[in-house]
Amino acid sequence: MKQNILPAIRLTIVCMVFFMGVYTLIIWLPAQAAPGKGKGETVMANNRIVGWKLLGQKFTDDQYFWSRPSVVDYHADGSGGSNKGPTNPDYLKQVQDRIDTFLVHNPGIQKTDIPSDLVTASGAGLDPHISVQGAYVQVKRVASARSISEAKVKALVDQHIEKPLLGLFGTERVNVLQLNIDLESLK
Amino acid sequence: MLCIDKARKILNQSQVIMTTEIAGIIFMYVLTVALAIPLGRYIGRVYEGDKTWLDKILHPLDKIFFKLSGINPAKEMNWKQHLMALLTINLVWFILSMLILMNMSWLPLNPDGNPSMPADLAFNTTVSFVSNTNLQHYSGETGVSYLGQLTLMLFQFISAATGMAACVAVFMAMKERTTENLGNFYNFFVKSCTRILLPLAIVVALILAFNGTPMNFEGKAQYISMQGDTVHVSRGPAAAMIAIKQLGTNGGGYYGPNSAHPLENPNYLTNIVENISIILIPIAMVFALGYIIKRRRFAWMVFGVMTLGFFLLLFNAVYNEMHGNPMIGQMGISQPLGSMEGKEVRFGPAASAYWEVTTTVTSNGSVNAMHDSFTPLAGMSALLGMMVNSFYGGVGVGYLNFYIFIIIAVFISGLMVGRTPEFLGKKIEAKEMKIAALIALLHPLLILAGTALASYLFAHNPSAYADWLNNPGNHGFSEMLYEFTSSSANNGSGFEGLGDNTPFWNIACGTVMLLARFLPIIGPVAIAGILAKKKYIPESAGTLKTDTNTFGVMVFAVIFIVAALSFFPALTLGPIAEFFGMK
Repeated sequence: MKQNILPAIRLTIVCMVFFMGVYTLIIWLPAQAAPGKGKGETVMANNRIVGWKLLGQKFTDDQYFWSRPSVVDYHADGSGGSNKGPTNPDYLKQVQDRIDTFLVHNPGIQKTDIPSDLVTASGAGLDPHISVQGAYVQVKRVASARSISEAKVKALVDQHIEKPLLGLFGTERVNVLQLNIDLESLK
Repeated sequence: MLCIDKARKILNQSQVIMTTEIAGIIFMYVLTVALAIPLGRYIGRVYEGDKTWLDKILHPLDKIFFKLSGINPAKEMNWKQHLMALLTINLVWFILSMLILMNMSWLPLNPDGNPSMPADLAFNTTVSFVSNTNLQHYSGETGVSYLGQLTLMLFQFISAATGMAACVAVFMAMKERTTENLGNFYNFFVKSCTRILLPLAIVVALILAFNGTPMNFEGKAQYISMQGDTVHVSRGPAAAMIAIKQLGTNGGGYYGPNSAHPLENPNYLTNIVENISIILIPIAMVFALGYIIKRRRFAWMVFGVMTLGFFLLLFNAVYNEMHGNPMIGQMGISQPLGSMEGKEVRFGPAASAYWEVTTTVTSNGSVNAMHDSFTPLAGMSALLGMMVNSFYGGVGVGYLNFYIFIIIAVFISGLMVGRTPEFLGKKIEAKEMKIAALIALLHPLLILAGTALASYLFAHNPSAYADWLNNPGNHGFSEMLYEFTSSSANNGSGFEGLGDNTPFWNIACGTVMLLARFLPIIGPVAIAGILAKKKYIPESAGTLKTDTNTFGVMVFAVIFIVAALSFFPALTLGPIAEFFGMK
């Protein structure tokens, strides 16, 4: 113990300087050249910042495509998931309520067309995406709320489908914020 | 007719998704192994002191470390000296961490004005990070300052390196020779930090930073959303920490929801990079073993057993998650992706289940989806991964756990054929077996006794502890079982619905983490040290071969029996009962 304590303290101090200081700098410096300069990339529309590129935000108006449910209401300074178990009765009732609400706002839509991502909360409560099916199923509502033809809205959704990585790996999805920004300029 | 068309379209579409999702996880695994084999050779060379291509830069750096610390890295140590050095420096870290976490509020680098931790939470967090567990009873955005985050990041380097150094001492003891000298702890420790963790961390952190993960010191940002809500965004030096959290099988996230957070894990590419980082070094360590003791076949046997176990858990998890939650299926909506509660669309259920299994078999504990919301049997895969805790396992310590199972398997095989059990030319006798048996039983004891205590308290006073559980019934039991399993496996993931920031959970889990970290390091190092001193007996016709498939099956059987027999009753009360209750 005795012959170890001094080297232990000295080595700890060296590690603090190097891994808290030098290592952090080694990452911080090149990050200044990254998009957003390491501060986070924002998205502009109509000359103002309307969001962050990577972060989902709350969309509940009928004229917008809705984001997924979020238990933290899309607060990006206190993110989190529901942590509800798959058989929890309260949770299942909540999902049922979301389905009912969705059907009320989307007349003419079959229940079987609603994909589960639209009625379940995401892991961090900040999911920027919905599934492709989740976008298609909202086309009718958005089109009628904006009095634009469904075909045009659907074409816009098609433009916003993000393919799997290299077309091979992962999921297809739609970024809700980007879609809604472009929706604003659709005539 | 239209209906059929539509159904076919959806089916087609979901098949495409399924294929790309499955392709994604196969790609990840193949790439991981392809990287781990050369990395293993590199790691072997580093510890043996052979030449490597990074020497030019890193020789001088190591020299500075040793010079400033007054350490002679060439001084040989026996197993007891190794352990003394390891335990002493860990004690220093414990004190350092307690001091910082309890005083963060007034120390520098606190732009968001986050508070200091109370003693019980600081104890839990300190033990958690010193022990390489990274169980988090606080939330990153609101619970620690940037200085706190950087301190925790420091522990992600040095606690990982501690495990690796202990593991290398065991490697050195397994060589064909009789010796007391197992190399120098500080030498292995510093080289693990500077030559293995650091270069990889720099690469991963830069990939993350260039994909949008924050790396700044400026405090929260603010914006007004399209619907007019004011939103605050937490940021900070995240990229640096996330890289090492994955590589060192630490798992402690920068943000509360860990790598499910879009800033912590921005897209499918970063998901691949982070997920590979989780199991890269644990697999590479196995190949490093083959290099150091010059027994490639033995390393492949170890790799084979680990991989078999990993695949079994993986199939179960991926199948169940992609299948969706039957209770939601009954509501009449479609589940084209699968079970989506607690998951992110950019990853989907397959990549989430793959992450779930990799993070629990390796004692990493970072998550990209909420484990509490997984379907029951997929949740059981996570539990089993941590209960076995040696299918790849944590950096360094995973192999130490596996070593215990090998010793037991050698002993049982020896008894079965009526010979003195020998392992790599060394006789295994009563003393080593006693240590091995105690360490093998420690893990079930800590988990089951802890869960029993918590269940007892909850059952006898459900109103006082009502805030503990986020879910009723069997799933609530699983939440408690998971918390103790995660603590004892030094994993750090959670069924996060558990209201765990209370004195009971902070202290109980802290104690479990402490015991489950250091005893399973002391045990294998002691066994290896004792064996190394024994006379080396050259192989003969009567020697039990430990690099064969037969022996691999034997080790797997030992693992299966120890894990299944000890934990099956608890699993029956938790996930299995929940599964059968669903229909």
